[in-house]
Amino acid sequence: MKDIIFYVLSALAIWGGWRVFRADSMIRATFALMMSFIAVGGIAMLMSADYIGIATVFMMAVEMMVMGLFMVMFMMNPAGLNPMQMVHQYRFSLGAGIAAFSGLTAAILATPLPDNPLPPGGDTLRDLGFELLGNSMLIFETAGVTLLATMVGAVVLSSGSGRFGSAGDGSLPPGLTAGGRPAGRLVDAVKGQEDTPGNGMTMEKKPAVRADDHHGTGH
Amino acid sequence: MIITERATDMTLTAILIVSAALFGIGLFGTLSQKSFVMLMMGLELMLNGTLLATVGFWAYTVGGLPKGQLLAILIMAVMAVELSIGFALVVAVYRKRQADIIESITTLKN
Repeated sequence: MKDIIFYVLSALAIWGGWRVFRADSMIRATFALMMSFIAVGGIAMLMSADYIGIATVFMMAVEMMVMGLFMVMFMMNPAGLNPMQMVHQYRFSLGAGIAAFSGLTAAILATPLPDNPLPPGGDTLRDLGFELLGNSMLIFETAGVTLLATMVGAVVLSSGSGRFGSAGDGSLPPGLTAGGRPAGRLVDAVKGQEDTPGNGMTMEKKPAVRADDHHGTGH
Repeated sequence: MIITERATDMTLTAILIVSAALFGIGLFGTLSQKSFVMLMMGLELMLNGTLLATVGFWAYTVGGLPKGQLLAILIMAVMAVELSIGFALVVAVYRKRQADIIESITTLKN
């Protein structure tokens, strides 16, 4: 029975992985990848790695939902209504994939692998818990801090705000003098707007400049 | 009469071959796809194969030493980091160049 489950999960993992790059619908591709991950989680549970298996399923389900969201945001044809092939160097990639698989398989078959399976009746979950909160706590916490740093880095990279305000508003650096023209090198578009008297951007972004202008023109 | 347990087909060799297949498919996807998001799916698939191989080695070579599972947990953390920073970079590149395929960023200028 265990063998049959292993064969089924292995077939699902490989087939799901292959369907990721063959499906027209990007959402289907995302779900195919999720199926592949879930199958690998199942195989891990068959090997008594319960924590890894369950964590893989939960983590990858969430990750694939996020990936599906990005598919809809960034792909031109997320629903796969039209057949689409967004590939390049196809033959080279196929050859590289087949070569990697063949080479690894040859190495696996040629290597006398050790066969030292888990002792029966062992409580792997308990052992892992003691390991994580015992000798390896520092490693585990380092992984946690790395994830925290990743969150900060992801927010900084993906946020729209620049050094001088929101990037989407055409924000300008502050002037060297109060109400003066923005400091630094100006891009052409901004320079052109600056040359135009009473341009909207400077008026909106710098109320102090508008007040000076009004005084200057005698209003 | 001694009844011996039938040997299972689920050996380390079989598990490593499955993981090699996942790695090969992931490599194919990573090299062939134009879209950033699809490229990251290929990378995830390669890491998926790596995770399976790690768990297989843990289960069949070290006799259940908990440090092997810790290595698998670190690989899962790497997967999360790769996906998060990858998506953040996709957003940053799109804001800067309105690019969603690899060919759009063949130079570092601007």
